[in-house]
Amino acid sequence: MATAAVRGRLTWQTATVTSVIRETDAVRTIELEVRDWDGHQAGQHLDVRLTAEDGYTAERSYSIATADDEPVAITVERLDDGEVSPYLTEELRAGDQLELRGPIGGWFVWDTSDGGPLLLVAGGSGVVPLRAILRHRQRAGSDVPARLLYSSRTLADVIYHSELDQYRDGVEVSYALTRSQPPGWTGYSGRVDAALLAKVAWPASRRPLAFVCGPTSFVEAVAGNLVALGYPAGRVKTERFGGT
Amino acid sequence: MVALDGNAIGGLLFEVFGTDMTAAQTICATCGAAAVVAETVVYLRAPGTVVRCRTCGSVLMIIAQIRGMSCVDLGGMTALDTGQGG
Repeated sequence: MATAAVRGRLTWQTATVTSVIRETDAVRTIELEVRDWDGHQAGQHLDVRLTAEDGYTAERSYSIATADDEPVAITVERLDDGEVSPYLTEELRAGDQLELRGPIGGWFVWDTSDGGPLLLVAGGSGVVPLRAILRHRQRAGSDVPARLLYSSRTLADVIYHSELDQYRDGVEVSYALTRSQPPGWTGYSGRVDAALLAKVAWPASRRPLAFVCGPTSFVEAVAGNLVALGYPAGRVKTERFGGT
Repeated sequence: MVALDGNAIGGLLFEVFGTDMTAAQTICATCGAAAVVAETVVYLRAPGTVVRCRTCGSVLMIIAQIRGMSCVDLGGMTALDTGQGG
């Protein structure tokens, strides 16, 4: 037991909230000061643990929202029936402490040496790790061409909207709004289906690298359609989230 | 219950194996399909954590944690390879 306990270097630690940023009505970015942090890769996540007074604990995983040379931040969407997200999005204030461990994950990660072109497909708050990838690409001075296709219910639900709109130089961002579109909307409407992917995705002949993140049903549909378009399954990296 | 994928248990597997396992390669004992752990089908709190093959649906791995101890059943896979040698 003793040897097993010391093998891993992933240990729970206490981080301090430095700021809470409102992204949308239901979404907050929580910036953290983490003492024992050796940096992270774009696409990784961390685990958050909340402990109630009676000792009951709840753990959740959240994607890291920032590039590796930036302070650690997570972006959290409030789920009304959730155990953890209402606290993180509504109660947490700068100066509060949070128990976490990370960074975690070695598959759904991107570094400049992995190349591209990059196809990033996000459903809702699945945009968070993809935003970290875009920020890392930018800050590392990479010229890998990147396309982000971001599915959201309404324009008001789009996270990081003003930041994403500022991308130029090899990054193309397009939105697909599923529930309602503002007057004069020139982006895409409806779900991310085979026809929309055929229009937006890099042709398979360019050997693109795809990252798809969102709710399980979204990810399965998009990944299936990309493989049907000729993307090798091994070049379509997926991350599913759901529920609580 | 919504099925997630192996990314969701990256922290749990790190705790058990002492290294990142999401990029490790599994081979299903039932159908022989190879897949990285990140792409497996994961049910959290089943109770316990159940990992299934995305190709055939068979159980690859079960992890139950009780009183600080992790019980890990890897009987559903014939290989679990981190590619790190050793």
